Amino acid sequence: MSGEAAASTGADRPAAGAAGEDRPAVTVLDYGSGNVRSAVRALERAGARVTLSAKAEDVLNADGLVVPGVGAFATVMKELRDVDAIRMIGRRVAGGRPVLAICVGLQILFEEGVEHGTTEPGMGEWPGKVELLPADVVPHMGWNTVSAPEGSMLFEGVEQERFYFVHSYGVQKWEFDVTHAGIKPPMVTWSEHGAPFIAAVENGPLCATQFHPEKSGDAGARLLRNWVNSLRKAPGTAAA
Amino acid sequence: MTVAIRVIPCLDVDAGRVVKGVNFADLRDAGDPVELAHRYDNAGADELTFLDVTASSSDRDTMFDVVARTAEEVFIPLTVGGGVRSVADVDKLLRYGADKASINTAAVVRPEVIDEITSHFGSQVLVLSVDARRVQGGRTPSGFEVTTHGGRTGTGIDAVAWAREAADRGVGEILLNSIDADGTREGFDLELIRAVRAAVKIPIIASGGAGEPAHFPPAVAAGADAVLAASVFHFGPVDAIADVKKAIREAGYPVR
Repeated sequence: MSGEAAASTGADRPAAGAAGEDRPAVTVLDYGSGNVRSAVRALERAGARVTLSAKAEDVLNADGLVVPGVGAFATVMKELRDVDAIRMIGRRVAGGRPVLAICVGLQILFEEGVEHGTTEPGMGEWPGKVELLPADVVPHMGWNTVSAPEGSMLFEGVEQERFYFVHSYGVQKWEFDVTHAGIKPPMVTWSEHGAPFIAAVENGPLCATQFHPEKSGDAGARLLRNWVNSLRKAPGTAAA
Repeated sequence: MTVAIRVIPCLDVDAGRVVKGVNFADLRDAGDPVELAHRYDNAGADELTFLDVTASSSDRDTMFDVVARTAEEVFIPLTVGGGVRSVADVDKLLRYGADKASINTAAVVRPEVIDEITSHFGSQVLVLSVDARRVQGGRTPSGFEVTTHGGRTGTGIDAVAWAREAADRGVGEILLNSIDADGTREGFDLELIRAVRAAVKIPIIASGGAGEPAHFPPAVAAGADAVLAASVFHFGPVDAIADVKKAIREAGYPVR
């Protein structure tokens, strides 16, 4: 924990928006089970107005959508399908509306997950496979450092911090090699446990972290604040 | 990039109050688990563990309130143990804001509950708490047996074999508590840690016997991925967590 991260996340951000509403509206996707209380509270502290919901109007219209995820890849995909979230996440991304996916939320954005010998299709927003980490001790559980690219929005001010990971599977290759003139190439942040794996991706409106920012103390609070602040200036995010 | 050795304070909670209290002069309420959780978070704890020792079931609901208030204010992982018996128990704890649940006696009585919980929520939510003690005369192959009721009741089950079975059933971590070392403040049972390390690939949290910062690095050297203690933090100097982390760092292991 550096003093810098602690100091910069300590106080609530002063009002900064226009038109009377300064706190971006964030919906935390409510599906399945698990601890979403911490995510809701951490986002509130990061300056967001938070709704816990799976209703289409909340999911589609929020300034930002957070997709938490714990458990098995296949289970999370099924639970997302059950609340029509696959389609809604896809619509948001297609429309350039910000989404932040956490942990298994990151994993299901890739093409497929291989768990216990079975392959399960993911959303395929990015090419690549989620596979068992080749480490001596698995799950990878605890605080690890990351290597963030220069200019990362999410990691600004916390590039040197440790974040809390808890997972056995990870994406060990970044295979997205498509480049378009005029579109910023994706930024990939790496960590390592047995092998290098993807700790975070920032790709236009779609951001994802393999670690849990809502459980990563002051460093995680700063990262969430960075993301919430980005919602204020993101285009096309006016609430309906 | 190496994952840091985790330092975890454990609080015994009875009917929503910390048992025995904690020896910090500056606390407003030394019995309030939420205030203590804050305190330990600020002191650099990597995770927190609450052990619910509430005897009467009518007082159990107070624990859920404690978990919820902690999850809303403290943003490091929280494990809750005590009275966890089923998928429904774990589900309730997670909904109130716990990140992990630890299970002990209920898994010894009915090991299948490990499969049920981990297939539902994933391995990462379940910590198997093993209270192990040394036994003589080949009572178990490893020389360690599983006990229940805080070490008072022997089961005859080999502690190392039990850890391996639980890992195979999907548990995410082992909280390995030495009944022999517990309370001695003379150091961890390193042989126990080594024996379980050789048997499982999942993280091991070593517990029992810590009396000073110098006791922690040997536990890590023996194979612990995390260390858990109570009194050394509760009744130690104000910066006990920092002291423990310093000792671990100076021994060459990463800490946060």
